[in-house]
Amino acid sequence: MNEAAYNFAYLDEQTKRMIRRAILKAIAVPGYQVPFASREMPMPYGWGTGGVQVTASILGPDDILKVIDQGSDDTTNAVSIRKFFVKTAGVRTTTTTADATVIQTRHRIPETALHEGQILVFQVPIPEPLRFLEPRETETRRMHALQEYGLMHVKLYEDISRHGEIATSYAYPVKVDGRYVMDPSPTPKFDNPKMNDCPALQLFGAGREKRIYAIPPYTQVVSLDFEDHPFVPYRFNGTCALCGATDSYLDEVITDDRGSRMFVCSDTDHCAMRRARGHGLDPEPAR
Amino acid sequence: MIDTEDHPLLRAQALTKWYGRQLGCRDISFDLYPGEVMAVVGESGSGKTTLLQLLSAQLAPTAGRVLYRMRDGIMRDLASMGEAERRFLFRTDWGYVHQEPALGLRIAVSGGANVGERLMAVGWRHYGRIRGAAKDWFDRVEIASDRIDDPPATYSGGMRQRLQIARNLVTNPRLVFMDEPTGGLDVSVQARLLDLIRGLVGELRLAAIIVTHDLAVARMLSHRIIVMKDGAAVESGLTDQVLEDPREPYTQLLVSSILPA
Amino acid sequence: MYALDVINVRKSFTLHLQGGLHLPVVAGVSFAARPGECVALVGPSGCGKSSILKMIFGGYRCDGGRILIRDGDRIADIAAASPRAIIGIRQRAMSYVSQFLRAVPRVAAIDVVAQALDHAVPDQARASAAFLLRRLNIPERLTTVPPATFSGGEQQRVNIARGFLPDRPVLLLDEPTASLDSENRDVVIDLIAEKKRRGVAVVAIIHDSKVRDAVADQIVDVASFAAA
Repeated sequence: MNEAAYNFAYLDEQTKRMIRRAILKAIAVPGYQVPFASREMPMPYGWGTGGVQVTASILGPDDILKVIDQGSDDTTNAVSIRKFFVKTAGVRTTTTTADATVIQTRHRIPETALHEGQILVFQVPIPEPLRFLEPRETETRRMHALQEYGLMHVKLYEDISRHGEIATSYAYPVKVDGRYVMDPSPTPKFDNPKMNDCPALQLFGAGREKRIYAIPPYTQVVSLDFEDHPFVPYRFNGTCALCGATDSYLDEVITDDRGSRMFVCSDTDHCAMRRARGHGLDPEPAR
Repeated sequence: MIDTEDHPLLRAQALTKWYGRQLGCRDISFDLYPGEVMAVVGESGSGKTTLLQLLSAQLAPTAGRVLYRMRDGIMRDLASMGEAERRFLFRTDWGYVHQEPALGLRIAVSGGANVGERLMAVGWRHYGRIRGAAKDWFDRVEIASDRIDDPPATYSGGMRQRLQIARNLVTNPRLVFMDEPTGGLDVSVQARLLDLIRGLVGELRLAAIIVTHDLAVARMLSHRIIVMKDGAAVESGLTDQVLEDPREPYTQLLVSSILPA
Repeated sequence: MYALDVINVRKSFTLHLQGGLHLPVVAGVSFAARPGECVALVGPSGCGKSSILKMIFGGYRCDGGRILIRDGDRIADIAAASPRAIIGIRQRAMSYVSQFLRAVPRVAAIDVVAQALDHAVPDQARASAAFLLRRLNIPERLTTVPPATFSGGEQQRVNIARGFLPDRPVLLLDEPTASLDSENRDVVIDLIAEKKRRGVAVVAIIHDSKVRDAVADQIVDVASFAAA
């Protein structure tokens, strides 16, 4: 098979239309999970098929694409997906957040603030925030429709009763535009505040579960909590060993088989930018 | 104490339910007043559970209506309410105690969260206060408060049933439906549970409709009774009157079938 | 002015399980009790004395006649009253001591008695219950125990305490001293006398002539009301 056998961005035009309709609906009702006819993609479920379908539907020849996985541009998945779109759409790609028009991400929001005109596409495994407490789809759909979200607070209550605090550290539920409760995908709760009043459009695609949802730009997004246990965006209290950042989300990296480890920014682009500007001159990893 | 003013809380009018050609129940009418406990007794297949489900809006009647007096005093036809309104009623003004407690509980969620869920559903957002209310109710239904963080999967049957009761009463409902609340429990556990129910119903001035096949339970808990057979109400009235002085042949049969203690 | 007026009451049973056997019990029952008066129902066993008491309390239905009772500032007819109305009348105007104690299992004796005051003020109710049980010579250590294991006499005294605790204008007693020794019998006589002094109308079935002579103001021979 040569490249000419693929339609632009792999999906046929009718499929892209169908997905765009779903996206429009999702934007019209922020946080509401819109069912869509998820297609067979050349990657298995669990590898970002939802995100890829959303990206494929919105890409145009002039777009500049960035793909990250856990904040990094150079992990296997990020590289694969980026190559996929180069092959099927021929778009320009970048690792610089500020230069991208479309950013597909798995489990992180970039540290660099987004600007108007950008679209952030999230890969979502389980879109339903109530799923683990209420396994019946019929029941969760009703709960969303009738705004019955007591159960969501039950989950947080359980955390506090077991751990003394709300222990949910990622996929922390949020309320969008004062109406729908949404799962922000397994991004760390540290990233939750970035979703609020964001100038960029945020789209969420779940391929296996066949749902798309969206947060339009400048929409209110509030993390659920209790009055006496307010939401805290948690971050490991450390410094990036490479660039010295004290306010970015950190990954723990094991450096040898003797238990040595170091903490580095999860967002590789952010870290590289800071180093380019002269931060973190010490090249030696911290012990 | 029964509120003997003339304002029924629940009114059934000619309630009838057919499942295709199978009769569920036929032509049941009564008024229930605040603080009144009514037992619906009958053997399996008598239609008592169908009646309970009709009264609690879980089934739609084939004919007849159920009217409920809302907190603002207006009598509303349950069939005219939207689903949101019915579900809200179910979570706040009503309770429903299932025979099998697991059906009325979230079995894998802690006891405290089970009790607190309805509060959270109506907007309580203070963890300390929610937990405090749950603890209060644990005391009232006599579950040791050190079990509050354990899930009911670890509770005994009697404890689960008491938890289910607490979960239903936490929002101060005015009407509680009970489907064989002591069915399946050990006899010694039943006695304590019945007394708990009696106490709470009296203290909270609850109206209740209790479906049971056990006449002793009816006698202990209810003021009034409806005896059902094959979908129809065979006899009804004051509980002690119907059980001591049964008029209908079927009622006499039922009463005489109780094994003496 | 009567507290209770029984007018031309009749009662029969139809035993469907015995092929519809019809058992007439009483007919033409008429008597009245004034406040502070004790009416004793006498007659041979099975003549219908307990049935009459039960009809007054609403535990049995009447086939005919009226049973008028003063309920606040109204007169109510128990024979024709709705179940709701009867419950209301019982709560306000009547107290009934049956022949045998029937109590919810596993409830302490003191609570069995205190609950007769209908959850009004629990601590006060218990204090009053304790006082009455003391008078009836129920040892304190027994009051916190469920009465199921008590002797017949002890159970009956708990039953009496429960019936005597509330302050209601009509008191119905079915063989209140049957299983009691003479000391407790005297206590019950005193209790009945006190109720009469407080203006309560008492209707009682009393076999014991000594007790009857001490408290009854009117004797009604139920045998004279035997149905055909």
